[in-house]
Amino acid sequence: MHSVQHHGQQPRRPDLPHCCQPLSPFHNLQELRHSASLANKVFIQRDYSEGTTCRFQTKFPSELESRIERTLFEDTVKTLNNYYAEAEKIGGQSYLEGCLACSTAYLIFLCMETRYEKVLKKIAKYIQEQNEKIYAPRGLLITDPIERGMRVIEISIYEDRGSSDSSSGSSSSS
Amino acid sequence: MTSCEYQQIDPQALPTPTPAPPPHHGNDRDKREEPKRPRRKWQVFPGKNRFYCDGRIMVARQSGVLPLTLGLIVITSGLFFIFDCPFLVKHLTSCIPVIGGGLFVFVVITLLQTSLTDPGILPRATPDEAADIEKQIDNTGNASYRPPPRTKEVLINQQVVKLKYCFSCKMFRPPRTSHCSLCDNCVERFDHHCPWVGNCVGKRNYRFFYTFIVSLSFLTAFIFGCVTTHLALRAQGGKGLVFALQESPGSAVELVICFFSVWSILGLSGFHTYLVASNLTTNEDIKGSWSGKSGEGVTNPYSHKNIFINCCSVLCAPMPPSLIDRRGFLPTDESVQTAGAGIGLAAKSEINVGTKGLLESAALPALLSTSCPQMKPQTAYTCPDSSPAVNSDPSPQLSTSCGARHTASSQGDTSPPRHTKTRSKKRKLAALNIPNPSFDVPVSPTSPDAGPSSKARGSFTPLH
Repeated sequence: MHSVQHHGQQPRRPDLPHCCQPLSPFHNLQELRHSASLANKVFIQRDYSEGTTCRFQTKFPSELESRIERTLFEDTVKTLNNYYAEAEKIGGQSYLEGCLACSTAYLIFLCMETRYEKVLKKIAKYIQEQNEKIYAPRGLLITDPIERGMRVIEISIYEDRGSSDSSSGSSSSS
Repeated sequence: MTSCEYQQIDPQALPTPTPAPPPHHGNDRDKREEPKRPRRKWQVFPGKNRFYCDGRIMVARQSGVLPLTLGLIVITSGLFFIFDCPFLVKHLTSCIPVIGGGLFVFVVITLLQTSLTDPGILPRATPDEAADIEKQIDNTGNASYRPPPRTKEVLINQQVVKLKYCFSCKMFRPPRTSHCSLCDNCVERFDHHCPWVGNCVGKRNYRFFYTFIVSLSFLTAFIFGCVTTHLALRAQGGKGLVFALQESPGSAVELVICFFSVWSILGLSGFHTYLVASNLTTNEDIKGSWSGKSGEGVTNPYSHKNIFINCCSVLCAPMPPSLIDRRGFLPTDESVQTAGAGIGLAAKSEINVGTKGLLESAALPALLSTSCPQMKPQTAYTCPDSSPAVNSDPSPQLSTSCGARHTASSQGDTSPPRHTKTRSKKRKLAALNIPNPSFDVPVSPTSPDAGPSSKARGSFTPLH
């Protein structure tokens, strides 16, 4: 799925503003891993305003202001929120599944993949795709919330080792 | 040698297509510098749980009276099948053993599922997360900050709910989450810790627990009814109860057991039916969180205001996944940081850390904590037996001195019994020079709020 890209000058992207030009030739995640060092991590916390269902805050963190556009970030978080809402939706189908499971003494949970797990796989694929297309070229990396106990979305900010250090590592020392 | 880069970037964070590689693959993630099998996460789990079948099955450390519960059920049912069923089949109907057998199987299966399932344990915060939260608490003098307990107020369905900071897990507890001191874990939608079942009852296994107690009350009532009928039939014709009991001694035992347990189990089922219908937990009900004691206009924000919907959302909601990933493999960057091999690597990565100007609170304790969880220079809750000299000198020899310190301090350890098990485990790990990665030590005994608040929250064994 990853095509190996050669290092080279990253072409200027006319669709992006000046602040959000790709800093470095991170065409894929392997390149990011090999050539960058971790500068900072931003944590997007949970939004509990609608109860205990899984939702993340869409507030744009200040550390990312120079790295990525607000709309892209908000789209990612909103799509994730929609995925989680779909996973936890209670409706006719989930009632039926619940009653069926109860009648088998919940043994079907041992055999079948639950709906939640199916959606989690979709989420993992979505995050990987977002990382490849949008976040890695900007030196960012999203960690799947399931690996952090669904508490936070962890976004790692990388500095390119080759380039002279400028931005967000020092700005977020607040 | 590219190993040092891997330390700064958590490979777990990278969405590689194979998140759990089997140990037989010659994958360089697993096999590099490590001849033995990569370790699974359950082997370094910080809570007080025990794991079997390579992490597939988990129980609380104290299994409580689970063997007694299982024994009582099996013995009573066994006596029922041996002593009562033949007579009743002859005199009444052969449906009786079928129904009894079905109920018995149902009860045992749901009991085992309640005991052996992850109740909804929240994994502890990673060092980076914990540092980030500390930073936010220190920076924002937010309106709900009252020293010393750390709380955060959120608005849930127009109801103000206070979230408390868990000192063991280093995070703000989500709503309805509570820290069980017996299991030393934060559990989502914590109901109570049930000694009969030997596990916490929380979000993931509440439906199993409810099915268990409801089916057990049916089973107990059924056996009680059948035994009574049996003895009544035997005592017919003026023979008397004593004669009937002499003929069927097992029935006497069953009668006693069932008589004493049917009331409490029926009461418990009724109570939990009420909780399910109002979408409450035992924890909340006992503390009176939503009963209006603490003020006017306090209602349960989680209730859907409809009994049917409440029941369905509690019992029939999609089964949430286990968050602790027991059988996942540990990232190898943490497992290769042994004291021997780690000195060179730690020095190298530390230099990288220094020259890149990384945040002290995020990066350095992250690296140091992977080699020695007790030495955290930046946070307020340093372990009491760590000396200031060590804190100010983050040399690569830290990991070896930490190991020595741990073994040396074994005699003078004054921590409360609750902590000794995890501490002795960490001491063993440190002595073996295998660091305990990415999980922090439970709070030191001298910190203000850890003891009373988490004990009060966690040790619920009511109504059994």
